[in-house]
Amino acid sequence: MPEPTGVIHDIGYQRYTGPRLGRRHVFGALYLHGLRTVFGLGRSAKAKIFPWLVVGIVTVVAAGLTAVRSQIGEVVMTYAQFADAMSWLVIFFVAVAAPELVSRDLRSGVLPLYFSRPLPRDDYALAKLLSLASALWLLLGGPQLVMFLGAAFTTPDGLRGTWNELLDLLPGLLYAGLWAVVFAAIGLLVASLTGKRAFAAGGIVAVFLMTTPIVGVLSILPSRAVNELALLASPSTLVQGVGSWALQDLLYPGAGTGPPIGDFGPVYAVVTALLVAACTALLLLRYRKVAAR
Amino acid sequence: MTLIATESLTKTYGGRVTALADLTVAVEPGIIGLVGANGAGKSTLIKILLGLLPPTSGRVSVLDLDPTTDPAAVRARVGYMPEHEALPPDLSAAELVTHLGRMSGLPRTVARERASETLRHVGLYEERYRPVGGYSTGMKQRVKLAQALVHDPDLLLLDEPTNGLDPAGRDAMLALVHRIGTEFGISVLVCSHLLGEVERICDTLVAIDGGRLLRADRIDAMTSATDLLAVEVSEGTDQLAGRLAALDLPVTRDGRMLLVPLADERTYDLILGAVAELDLPLHRLDQRRHRVAELFAPREPSNA
Repeated sequence: MPEPTGVIHDIGYQRYTGPRLGRRHVFGALYLHGLRTVFGLGRSAKAKIFPWLVVGIVTVVAAGLTAVRSQIGEVVMTYAQFADAMSWLVIFFVAVAAPELVSRDLRSGVLPLYFSRPLPRDDYALAKLLSLASALWLLLGGPQLVMFLGAAFTTPDGLRGTWNELLDLLPGLLYAGLWAVVFAAIGLLVASLTGKRAFAAGGIVAVFLMTTPIVGVLSILPSRAVNELALLASPSTLVQGVGSWALQDLLYPGAGTGPPIGDFGPVYAVVTALLVAACTALLLLRYRKVAAR
Repeated sequence: MTLIATESLTKTYGGRVTALADLTVAVEPGIIGLVGANGAGKSTLIKILLGLLPPTSGRVSVLDLDPTTDPAAVRARVGYMPEHEALPPDLSAAELVTHLGRMSGLPRTVARERASETLRHVGLYEERYRPVGGYSTGMKQRVKLAQALVHDPDLLLLDEPTNGLDPAGRDAMLALVHRIGTEFGISVLVCSHLLGEVERICDTLVAIDGGRLLRADRIDAMTSATDLLAVEVSEGTDQLAGRLAALDLPVTRDGRMLLVPLADERTYDLILGAVAELDLPLHRLDQRRHRVAELFAPREPSNA
């Protein structure tokens, strides 16, 4: 008679004596989990539709631009311009991703399970912020990389051309990073205020789109200074203002085509930094309140 | 080792609402029942033990650590099961418990192994791969318990673990908690507003009311030597009560009955003598075992 194999023994409860990882590892795990959540990885098929649709659109646009450039040799969009042109898509992406990251946890009441663990509450908020910013940067930077590869392989100038192309790409990636940080900070703060995903999404779109009319009104007032500072009023135009000051030709080739910010470029940069800092501080405050409940 | 110790622990919200008032208690490892009505301060106490709320005044220590100064060290060794719904509906129990295990610092593969092991220990098998949204209340409570156990804590804080369960589910949950406390070797603090439930599984009972300590003691100390004699006469109950009081017996009235603590055999004779002397029709005279609930009852009015 053959020996029975695969006998299941109930060995009872086992105490765990192995290693317990520190704060940095836990932060990293939460960050990666957030990044996966944004793109719907490890989630239902339904949660994957929208993120990958947006990824598809930006990739197709980038591929199209690359194809046009390699065929007729004309640069339709610089790397930075690409990030600019895709910003409206980023708004909708944030409106879906930010509530997915934070509103869902608020609604399901899972936060006490996080805050009863060693992880400090600030780490929770910061890890989520970092995941959203990275996701947005990947969304804008990934297609730029596609454009770069296309250009680098089709350049007639050999290595020199590739090097020049790389010098064009890097400011584009930095500009994408600026978009990512500003949009992530604002979007996550708005989303952290409510547990209802639809409200959060609406709120985010409202903050980004409803502020544009203010810019419109301010820019036709009969004062040059007000006109030149008008773009501060909306996050998208704020980022464009910083871009036009810092990148100039790369974003707006040809003199006089950029937005009218006059000599206020540094003001735009400072306001952007303050805005991100304020949103992050408010986000941390918000989670301090949530954790005490 | 003292498991949990508090010293004049006080917590007031906004200076008006007092959740805990001058609470001093120390308990040894084991299964501890924390009982009190809704709003007695049980959840506030748990949040202070976890370092989520700072106490207004007083001192507290958990596993000889101070949650007010080193909350991370306390939380690393404590598992918490909240009272309210706390599970995202679209994740499976396996995914959720694995993720929360990693949040407690378990390496990735260990977290996965321990998640399925703990889910098995709480009685979830194949269903652990289905989204939590489709679970029954009993299964959800088990998942909440599993996530508190996944990182192998030394102390479990369970806030109303039997909430929303049917009688069979309550029994199963209590049996599970009892098994964790005895077989797994993990100390458990069980919060409940139902004394009858926790007294069945606890070694130690802590009762609070209005944020004040009513009583804290080992349960065997509470139930020993606390038997009562119930006396019922068809008429003349007041007369008998007066006579017994005159005989220095601490008599209390409970409806139509008189309750007399059974000190020794002589108590029987004294009562029978008094009844015979007054020539009252004796209806019954029997020994009643004191339930823990009654231990708290006489003390409540003084605190109200």
